[in-house]
Amino acid sequence: MNIVVLVKLVPDLVEELTIDPSGTSLDMTWLRLIINEFDDHSIEQGLLLKERGGGQLTVVAPAVEGIDDVLYTAAAKGADRLIKIQGDFQGWVNNHALARASMEIIKDLQPDLILTGVQAHNDLDGALGPLLAECMQMPYIGYIAGVTLDGGKSKVKKEYPGGLIAEMEVALPAVLGIQAAEQPPRYVAVSKVRQAMKISTIEEKSTPELNSLGGPTVDRMFQPEAATRASMITGDVNEVAKKLVDIFKELGVL
Amino acid sequence: MNQDTYVVIEHIRGQVADISYIMLAAGRELVKGLGGNVVAILLGHKAQPLAVNLAADKVLYLDHPALAEFTSDAYQNALAGLISTNPPRAVLFGSTTIGTDIASSLSIRLGLPLVSSCRSFTSDGKYLSQICGGKIMAEGTLPGTTALVTMIPGGYKPELGQSKQAPDVSQVDVPALEALRVTLTRYIEPEAGDVDISKESILVSVGRGIQTQDNIELAEELAKALGGTVCGSRPVIDQGWLATSRLVGKSGKHVKPKVYLALGISGAPEHVEGITDSDTIIAINMDPRAPIFDIAKFGAEIDLFDLIDPLIERVRESKGA
Amino acid sequence: MTTDITNARTFLDKVIETTPQGERLRLCLQCGNCSGICPFGYLMVYPPSRMIANLRADKFDNILGADSVWMCVSCYACTTACPSQIPLTAGLMAHIKEELLLAGNVPSELQSALEFSQRYGNPLGESPRKRSDWVIGLDPKVKLLGQVRGPVDVLWFVGDYPSYHPRVQLTTKALTRVLNSLGVDFGILGPEESSDGDSQRLAGEQGLFEMLAEKNGKAFSKYQFNKIITTDPHAYNAIKNEYPKLGISYPIQHYTEYLVERLDQLKPLLTHELKAKITYHDPCYLGRANGIFNEPRALIESIPGVEIVEMSHNHTNSLCCGGGGGGMWLDGFQWEKAHVRLSELRVREAVAISADILAVACPYETPRFEDATKTVESATQLKVKDIAELLVEAMGV
Repeated sequence: MNIVVLVKLVPDLVEELTIDPSGTSLDMTWLRLIINEFDDHSIEQGLLLKERGGGQLTVVAPAVEGIDDVLYTAAAKGADRLIKIQGDFQGWVNNHALARASMEIIKDLQPDLILTGVQAHNDLDGALGPLLAECMQMPYIGYIAGVTLDGGKSKVKKEYPGGLIAEMEVALPAVLGIQAAEQPPRYVAVSKVRQAMKISTIEEKSTPELNSLGGPTVDRMFQPEAATRASMITGDVNEVAKKLVDIFKELGVL
Repeated sequence: MNQDTYVVIEHIRGQVADISYIMLAAGRELVKGLGGNVVAILLGHKAQPLAVNLAADKVLYLDHPALAEFTSDAYQNALAGLISTNPPRAVLFGSTTIGTDIASSLSIRLGLPLVSSCRSFTSDGKYLSQICGGKIMAEGTLPGTTALVTMIPGGYKPELGQSKQAPDVSQVDVPALEALRVTLTRYIEPEAGDVDISKESILVSVGRGIQTQDNIELAEELAKALGGTVCGSRPVIDQGWLATSRLVGKSGKHVKPKVYLALGISGAPEHVEGITDSDTIIAINMDPRAPIFDIAKFGAEIDLFDLIDPLIERVRESKGA
Repeated sequence: MTTDITNARTFLDKVIETTPQGERLRLCLQCGNCSGICPFGYLMVYPPSRMIANLRADKFDNILGADSVWMCVSCYACTTACPSQIPLTAGLMAHIKEELLLAGNVPSELQSALEFSQRYGNPLGESPRKRSDWVIGLDPKVKLLGQVRGPVDVLWFVGDYPSYHPRVQLTTKALTRVLNSLGVDFGILGPEESSDGDSQRLAGEQGLFEMLAEKNGKAFSKYQFNKIITTDPHAYNAIKNEYPKLGISYPIQHYTEYLVERLDQLKPLLTHELKAKITYHDPCYLGRANGIFNEPRALIESIPGVEIVEMSHNHTNSLCCGGGGGGMWLDGFQWEKAHVRLSELRVREAVAISADILAVACPYETPRFEDATKTVESATQLKVKDIAELLVEAMGV
């Protein structure tokens, strides 16, 4: 069983986000990048599948700042192969471009199963998983919270609103968009990651020029007004109750 | 080619999802700027009755047993044929477990541009998307001559997408749906046991201020009236007044409801950590310096015990009406 | 679950090798003092003495299979009580936790704190760039060493909670006022400061500790100063006792030591009377771990009007607040097992002696004890204050 996990790094929301001088993009200078949370779950799911049924786990990611650490951490957890995609990934690269860039590299790996996060918070042109799937002409199911492998098929649990689950079957090879791994991403001690840095290798593969056709253009990027303190509702209990009901109505709750 | 806006209707087990109505309302706004009609695209099997209250200028209905319930392969194949035959100006999909499974695939397959996470459209036909955990807005012209768009809720009320008058329904031919790679085996209902508050959209949360176990019932009543669920901060769970599954915060769950009503919660960092993804936090606390007021959108410095009965009454009234 | 250690012999050897005085493990009398004095000993499947017995009998897997070692709050009570002077806290308990960590067996709350420490340099998950935001608006301005050219007398190592936690920031600002009133020439590292790493080390993350220590060491080496002072006994312990093993060696004092040296200068400034019964809680890392008992008391005594009272557990047998050894990030886990918090037990002791104020000198304690005063029925009137805050009140600034 050949499992590939495609990972991307996204702006870390713990840090302040600012818009660049052009007003159409995020200012990358102060941005720190962190692994897309759902891609972290994908790595975990990949590890679980490997531990259960054997096989090889490869993690593929675009070469951006901080990627080595992410890849070595995956190796420390049990990933077998690490691949970094070299290309012009400075600045905002959309998912259409990433999907096309990863496609050839992943094809060469001849995967049975490709896992990637169901979404990332900076997606503006759709999620990476389904774009990649179609590029590779593979079927795709997203919002996955449970995977089993059965010969040439995979049985998955797809999450619907309100706790409803749809059990689906998909023919392999396929791409799955992971919502949650069957257990939270495991902890790996710093000493193990440091060890991985010494004994693992990150393969570098290059990609032809990025093709971002298919994404939207942004005329304006901005931050919505941030209120610093709550808007206080005044009056006696009845007035406050009434105003609260009005707010509930406006929010679509009532 | 046509200048219409297609809206891909989402339904699950015979129920049209709210996002479909929200998209119809969005579509109505979009055609003001672009021209054309709002056309609902309904895929299903014997699902025509679902079209009855869609606020669309017309409905194109595709019927096939393989479309009875959503699966990505079947829906994608059916839509690919429809869209490429007579490409509209825009196709709206929900940014949901249904819509996102197919919008991106169609973008690559049909070579059509896609913009996601769209919350609303401007009167001159621009998209307005919300990304990065709600911290960033992106605005731009709809790309290409046929644009695919996935939409998130929040920009339009579902009622605006509902109609008292049933729209015209035309049944359209469906291509052969064979060799489908994805099949639905069955649905699994959530356990009748406890709720997963991290998936709940309306939360009534209690803190130390609730004071006794009996008072939790008041919170339960309010939650029931609102159609929500009760949860709490650490001290309440520690006392055993609420199950551990209802704990919100550092040691508990991170929640992301539409509304988080915090009753008698001070807003300690360990609790706040669990609620920052809420759309709207409303805080009721007697202490004006309670840190919760720094992160809530609305607040009231009032005794929650004085407030709760009149509030429950008013909520019930407005629902009854 | 896999581990790099294949049996108890290798584990014992490793502990003995890597812990100073580690060979004392062989001198265990199985007296049970450690397990008896451990505040959560009654809940552990393998309290310290039982753990040693099992290790000697080569029953290592059992120990790895139990998760009750996470009840250990690294309070040093066992180490202090051991007649054979075995380094139980830093040697045995920390290494068992390390084995569990390496095997991936770690409660999720603690996991987050460790991951945050690695990524953001603090266990709270706050942006490192905001580490000195607490100085905004203060007058006179606090010197950020990265902006100041030239040496300072004192480098104040602020610490994680004093930098970021809203309640503890009040203590930090109070100490700023005290230092300014004394005309101390001090500077802080600000965003260049990382977590001292001591609690993470005692929670089993030796690798993380070294990483953080190296970062701090690099920052220290950029600047010129005569000594380091700190608000945080855990940082004090790390920089005094552990950093030198990594080649990072600087003179360091806890702020109470530093101020007591200057009591002649400080006392005349304490002009406001504070009529209150004050009881002082000996923090584990000042008291038991480093033998500092008198200096904090001397500071409190110098405040006019105060009456010092002692709780039933004091000095070397002080009761831990529960925050050490990872305890700060194991509240949920420990509550599930114990249904009691050490901080609540301590607050009850303060109430029992009718104290008005519970004085503390460690940043973990202020939020922990204040939370406890809200859940212990009789404690609603008890105030929790750091010594720095009491000094500021007495100074009337």
